[in-house]
Amino acid sequence: MNQTARIISIYAADTSGFCSALYEYGGMTVIHDASGCNSTYTTHDEPRWYDKDSMMYISGFTEKDAIMGNDERFVHDLVLAAKELSPKFVAICASPLPAMTGVDLEAIAYEVESETGIPSFNVKTNGMQSYITGAGNAFVELAKHFTKPAEKAGVGLVNVLGLTPLDFPLEGTVQSMRKWLAEHGFQVNATVGMDTSLEQIERLAEADMSLVVASTGLPLAKYLFETYGIPYVIGAPFGCEDATAVLCINMKMALAEGAKFKGVKMMVPEGARIAVIGESIMSRSLANAIYAEYKVPARVLESVGDGFDDYDVSCDDEDELEAEIAKSDIIIGDPLFKPICGEKPFISLPHMAFSGRCFVKDEVQLIGRSLKETALGEALSKALDQ
Amino acid sequence: MIEALRTKDNRIPEPVLLKDVDFEMPFYEGLQYNPPARGVWNIVHTGMLIPEAHQVYVCAQGCLRGVILTAAEMNLMERMSWVSLREKDMWNGEMESRVVEGVAHIVEQMKNRPRCILVYLSCMHMFEGCDFRVIADELSERFPGTKFVDCYMTPTMRKSISPDAMMKASLYDPVEPLAKNEKLLGLVGCDRETDRTSDIFEIAKLAGFDVWEINSCETYDQYLELGAASKLISYLPVANVGVRKLAGRIGAEWSYLPLSYDFDQCEENIKKMAEFLLSEGESKEDETGLHNSKTIDEFIAEKKSQADKALKEAAKKIKDTSIAIDYSATPRPLGLALLLTNYGFRVDTIYTDVFQKEERAAYEELVKLRPDIQIYPTMDPAMRFADNEFEDGLDSAESGEKKLAIGQKAAYFNHTPYFVNIADGGGMYGLDGIRRMAEELVDAFSTPKDTKKLISHKGIGCASCL
Repeated sequence: MNQTARIISIYAADTSGFCSALYEYGGMTVIHDASGCNSTYTTHDEPRWYDKDSMMYISGFTEKDAIMGNDERFVHDLVLAAKELSPKFVAICASPLPAMTGVDLEAIAYEVESETGIPSFNVKTNGMQSYITGAGNAFVELAKHFTKPAEKAGVGLVNVLGLTPLDFPLEGTVQSMRKWLAEHGFQVNATVGMDTSLEQIERLAEADMSLVVASTGLPLAKYLFETYGIPYVIGAPFGCEDATAVLCINMKMALAEGAKFKGVKMMVPEGARIAVIGESIMSRSLANAIYAEYKVPARVLESVGDGFDDYDVSCDDEDELEAEIAKSDIIIGDPLFKPICGEKPFISLPHMAFSGRCFVKDEVQLIGRSLKETALGEALSKALDQ
Repeated sequence: MIEALRTKDNRIPEPVLLKDVDFEMPFYEGLQYNPPARGVWNIVHTGMLIPEAHQVYVCAQGCLRGVILTAAEMNLMERMSWVSLREKDMWNGEMESRVVEGVAHIVEQMKNRPRCILVYLSCMHMFEGCDFRVIADELSERFPGTKFVDCYMTPTMRKSISPDAMMKASLYDPVEPLAKNEKLLGLVGCDRETDRTSDIFEIAKLAGFDVWEINSCETYDQYLELGAASKLISYLPVANVGVRKLAGRIGAEWSYLPLSYDFDQCEENIKKMAEFLLSEGESKEDETGLHNSKTIDEFIAEKKSQADKALKEAAKKIKDTSIAIDYSATPRPLGLALLLTNYGFRVDTIYTDVFQKEERAAYEELVKLRPDIQIYPTMDPAMRFADNEFEDGLDSAESGEKKLAIGQKAAYFNHTPYFVNIADGGGMYGLDGIRRMAEELVDAFSTPKDTKKLISHKGIGCASCL
């Protein structure tokens, strides 16, 4: 693996995932960083930054801090800001250089909590992993600090896990998710990451199950299962009724079986004609929807994440991805993948985690909608007819 | 030094008055907030000024993300590539070879090999003591005919020399000395186009000089013609490190004529420039265009008169409207505030985290005239809530008082659609620049703008896919 790209973009890093996950909870999220992580995140990875207040900052790490290990300054600055702004918690993480010099962020968080009385914690990042790792770790830490033990409601209460604007359109996603769940006999307990609150995190253990709609939610789902016995189902409800039928069955089984539920894999025939590039759970869910509506199997090229099942082809650099793309006839992916897709029919599916705000205006809402009603579906019909 | 801005109950930050602020160190630099004003250029925008050049960034994913998407928003991904650094690269002692092999892999894939490749190294390379000379030598040997330029994305070292200043130095690195053209003037160090009506262009024209400016270069060869310049001028302080180096390398004389809003300093700059452009032994009475068309004094008098008239007209229209200025609009916000105050404008607020040393005189004057001007930092954590005064989507006018801002950050913090949309002086320079600024103020006052849309655009003047 040569770790290079000639022309394609790169996914949002773990530091952005950390900030995105914690954005709406009233905490103070701070990246131990010199400069750059803040503008990168707030410009390209955070569509809420202009209109919705959140206390996201960087430490202003300097050469002297790196060499002298000036942790006292960071503690001082965190305490100073926390006392002034009274956040509900203080969460910190590391950019590459503090990670490289081995700054003990856990100890720093402990000191901040001791001095301020405000819950403080560290989330493991190093600026060299994808947003999935950063957001996933952040959600787990949040739950570890705030989720309270509770009795299950037993009425189909669902925690929707993995919702961040990095993966889903900011507009309409939570509403669509709520609508789809209600139409299928479930109720929302929490939409972790978007349109949410710290109170929702406190009540996570009341849920009967978790629905993991993107990889960022998987670590939290596992944590809630291991800690509170809450079963989880993986898959985003993309596409028509037929497409989401298996997901619904799984959710009903989870409700019935509780902690004994082991889950059922989405069994979709794999075919080479269509390739879906992107994050694994959403791409797999889209491939599932394509098969349900068009009866054409599609393969997933997981361009980010840790792999989901054994169907995926992980592609972490441009050469490998290009070689895999060459094996398919129709490509679905973020527009910034197009330059390595040659002349093949390319269907645009903007993904903020890859192209930032470049194509936000063209984002497609797939939750609970037949693909044929979307621009993506129309383009796919045309490509399949060719 | 103010350690932290106090906030009111609803978290709106309290200002610090000019009379109370410490000029040397006005605000403590603790945690940093980043307001959503994106007009200021970054190292990608600046690097793209070299025609036909390709950029390769070698750094961690988190650092790559911002620069890659800057290029993507500029629709220039075909000129951008990257090599990502992983955790193992930090420890395996192969930092140099990771750069060489990564860049070489990218270059080998290119159908048309560029003549110039900017290779950006990161903080991680600096802290590992990475030797760029070894990298450049190896790459140059493998790819003869391509110039590899060392560039840096090293914000950790920003206290020694800022990334912007380092980029301004790298920007001219490929330029080699050429046979001198005695009538070629290089206007260097500013990455946005300087007004053609500015004092610099007009004096150069009168003196019979052609002006080389990077924004006008459409080809790499045109860019390299800077090597023939006999004289260089810069006016933004951030460029001085790089320009000094360039002048020495190509054997050109250099004059720094600082951007100013002071009539006397503008006049001094004009005289200094006229002297600078006249060759030794060439008296003011010689047959250069400079003195054939009009005398310097007449030129200055005319420009002063135009600036004075424009300011008076603007003051009549704008009256006592509250004005806010931020440091991203101009490196001399205090100087601009002083000029406007002297003409009867009501400058109430300045947003800046530090004051430039060159602003000392303006500060001394301004504090006598308007000790009550409110100074806010832009990065203090409390500034996250600075625009809360105007919640519910109201702009400043709708919420009671029309505010006029100079600069994007001032516009954002004041929630106003009435603002002068510029960064780094906006290409306005000298007495002509003062006239232009007055006109821009009138325009901004009269015509509301879509603040969110405009300030979200990354790099004023650059193409954008948004």
